[in-house]
Amino acid sequence: MTSHAAREGGSRIDRPPLKKRLADASAPYLYTAPALILIVTVMLVPLVLGISYAFRDIQLLNPFSGGFIGLDHFKALSQDQNFYRALRNTLWWTGWSVLLQFVFGLILALLLDKPFHGRAIVQALVFLPWAVPSFLAGLNWAWLFNPVVGPLPHWMFALGLMSEPSNILSDPQLALWGPIIANVWWGIPFFAITLLAALQAIPRDLYEAASIDGAGPVQRFFSITLPFLAPTIAITVLLRTVWISNFADLIIVMTNGGPADRSQIVASYIFTQAFKRLDFGYASAIALVLLMLLITYSMLIVVLRQWLLSKD
Amino acid sequence: MASIDISAIRKSYGILPVLHGIDLEIRDGEFVVLVGPSGCGKSTLLRMIAGLEAVTSGEIRIDGKRVNDLAPKDRDIAMVFQSYALYPHMSVAKNMSYSLRLRKTPAEKIASVVAGAATKLGLDPLMERRPRALSGGQRQRVAMGRAIVREPKAFLFDEPLSNLDARLREQMRAEIKKLHQDLGATSIYVTHDQIEAMTLADRIVAMHGGIVQQVGSPLELYDNPANLFVAGFIGSPGMNFFEGRYMRSGETASFALTGGAVLPLPSTANLPDGSRATLGIRPEHVILGAEGPDAMLAKVDLVEPTGFGIIVHLTLGSVAFKAFTLDRRFLGMQGEVAVRLPVPNLHFFDEAGRKV
Amino acid sequence: MTGKRILAFLAHRLAIFAYVVFALFPLYWLLKVSVTPNKLLYSEGIRMWPSRTSFEHFEFVLRHSDFPVFFKNSLIVSGSTAVIVTALASLAGYALSRFGFRGKYWIVALMLLTQMFPLVMLVAPIFKMLSPLGLTNSLTGLILVYTAFNIPFATFLMQSFFDGIPKDLEEAAMIDGATQFVAFRQIILPLTLPGIAATLGFVFTAAWSELLFSLMLISGNDAATFPVGLLSFVSKFSVDFGQMMAAGVLALIPACLFFLLIQRYLVQGLTAGAVKG
Repeated sequence: MTSHAAREGGSRIDRPPLKKRLADASAPYLYTAPALILIVTVMLVPLVLGISYAFRDIQLLNPFSGGFIGLDHFKALSQDQNFYRALRNTLWWTGWSVLLQFVFGLILALLLDKPFHGRAIVQALVFLPWAVPSFLAGLNWAWLFNPVVGPLPHWMFALGLMSEPSNILSDPQLALWGPIIANVWWGIPFFAITLLAALQAIPRDLYEAASIDGAGPVQRFFSITLPFLAPTIAITVLLRTVWISNFADLIIVMTNGGPADRSQIVASYIFTQAFKRLDFGYASAIALVLLMLLITYSMLIVVLRQWLLSKD
Repeated sequence: MASIDISAIRKSYGILPVLHGIDLEIRDGEFVVLVGPSGCGKSTLLRMIAGLEAVTSGEIRIDGKRVNDLAPKDRDIAMVFQSYALYPHMSVAKNMSYSLRLRKTPAEKIASVVAGAATKLGLDPLMERRPRALSGGQRQRVAMGRAIVREPKAFLFDEPLSNLDARLREQMRAEIKKLHQDLGATSIYVTHDQIEAMTLADRIVAMHGGIVQQVGSPLELYDNPANLFVAGFIGSPGMNFFEGRYMRSGETASFALTGGAVLPLPSTANLPDGSRATLGIRPEHVILGAEGPDAMLAKVDLVEPTGFGIIVHLTLGSVAFKAFTLDRRFLGMQGEVAVRLPVPNLHFFDEAGRKV
Repeated sequence: MTGKRILAFLAHRLAIFAYVVFALFPLYWLLKVSVTPNKLLYSEGIRMWPSRTSFEHFEFVLRHSDFPVFFKNSLIVSGSTAVIVTALASLAGYALSRFGFRGKYWIVALMLLTQMFPLVMLVAPIFKMLSPLGLTNSLTGLILVYTAFNIPFATFLMQSFFDGIPKDLEEAAMIDGATQFVAFRQIILPLTLPGIAATLGFVFTAAWSELLFSLMLISGNDAATFPVGLLSFVSKFSVDFGQMMAAGVLALIPACLFFLLIQRYLVQGLTAGAVKG
């Protein structure tokens, strides 16, 4: 140690002593260490384990399971009609949820962007669904759709949309729409908040300049508002799409994938396999496929973005 | 109070060098101003002295003791920031006493020192306020109060007045100078405002591109700038420059301006015959309405009254330059005017920009 | 022109009104059924307000069911998670905001990655890992999992709040004689209180709402959280709507309280954005 210190002090006066260098270099890691340790042990290690499960026979109730079985799960998966339906349902579920959340969120943000009397209260009220726990939102809507206590079937019957007041959640053709509507109700505030923040960052004098130049409200929207919002819209839609396709809570609570797996999406199907059949290996294989699909989707978007940017 | 020695200081961020070997000795009690345009490295140098930036190579000594590896808290220096950096959640009194509390100073001592500083700076009625409730000038005073309660070895100022309006800046400038006369504390002051540098400094260090261009008293830099950069940076309105060629024939010499005019010079400067050079003259030295053989006709472009004097924008040949005069006769001037560039007030710079 | 303007004004208010109704109606219905006496539940099924109200469902839920236990469990889990996450995320967010260091890029990449992959993928492996440690069917296990899940987002959130505080302040503190950690604790943290409140609120709400992992990891009633309890209640007594909705209203209360807490900072953040623009 002394020889070390002497060498440091003697020949290279411009370098701080080892102890100080160590202390300086380790400081950021000391701050981040507790967070990192948790993330690695509770998220990264299980992720790697989960990927390995996809190639193993892991059934919780079977003590002899655990062997390596190669691609068997994936072969089974390629024959699994329920999986293909879940995949189609995922597209349907994600597409409609994102689209409706975005459209209604944008309209709400535009409405709230204008100052008016009582805006603060209105804002708190319309954002409230966001604070409702997702399982409760699911239950709440399931009850609303239930003809015994909910008004919705009766209203739809009164409007002539239904031949009798029945529960759409038990109709194989319509079951997925229940969770989608609940999801739209629950997710509008997220889009509205994000878009409202972006809207308010648009310099007001741009609108004034455009008005002076003779642009009407519609022209102002398309020539100023939309271009300014575009980056926020793009990133929010991308992130939300990934998030919603993984979001199984509402479906599990409202229909539990039923009737007859008709409203199952991939995420809820994974959960059903793990939770009900306790077949962790098969569940992990489906999860791996979902992960690959989502990565592919994100990459496609990134590539598309690059391509659009390079075209300009 | 202490001396500060800086030797062969270099700083680079990655491969980007920002300071190229700075040497500077600051005597005990001296007021040194680092001045230069933004990006010249003056703030970086100050922050290295404070210990907020690591030294890439070289050595900093405070009071003879090497401080390169000391944390800011162990260097015993105080600093006034451009943003004042007052702690928003503490009252003025708490802001000023924070350093003393960190050092576990006895409460009675803190109270008396803080009260003394508050009186000196006229902060007495504001002691319980939060920084938010203070005006710019008051915040500036609190920042200074926070520095002086410590009785540190040195004061560092990082553009402390640049957020104030012009009048307040003038007033605070005088207060800082008075404070320095009272306390006699070693001070290093960074600014891009050459008037602050001129009025405050015992010695000015003019910096540009990470290199010290000239060190000297304010008037030395004004009267005898070492190079084109210092000549152009110090003084407002800035020095006029004419490019041209230096002609020498025996005992006489002349300067051929690029625009065509030729200026006869009686004595010879230390420049080779026919070499490209730059001639500089301060606007107040340009004589307007001159008569005589060496007078030249210049076109009047613009007349700017400043109240105190008049700035006249002129063109000689194709070169624009300015003259400053106190004579109000020139207010209504139009067309052309005869000007003279008196030889004793001329500065010559060689092709590399060095004064000759 | 004025006619057109009045029309626009009316359309605007009408649209706002429609949104408010759409947002509040489901919650209103929850409340309505929870105070409707059983006798009137079917006879006055779709009336907007029952002719007589009672708190019998709330009384039953609080007296004769396990909901007080669920409530307590959820409070412990969400509260602990929120506090631990906020503490750890403050440290990590501060490091990301203030230090430039070699591993930073990798840490950010790792945290972003955790936001991208489906958490449902982790259900099976986490169960397998926690069960030999005795952490399934335990609140500690849930807290551990929720803490890890929420740290990445909370870290980014705290980082953005730290980024909004000028670096000058801790430099001034360090020159005044503080170490970086003391400057962080005494100067920076007190200034991030709104950020800390927002982070606490977000994490609490997230943990309060989490369903899948608590469904998977908890089997008995003793350690069940509110979502699991409510769901098992629903599947067991699926006809007792009044009681279920009373329990739902109870579950809504803490979430709404926290929302009101965050709401202020949310609006503050929005207006700050407006000022910047």
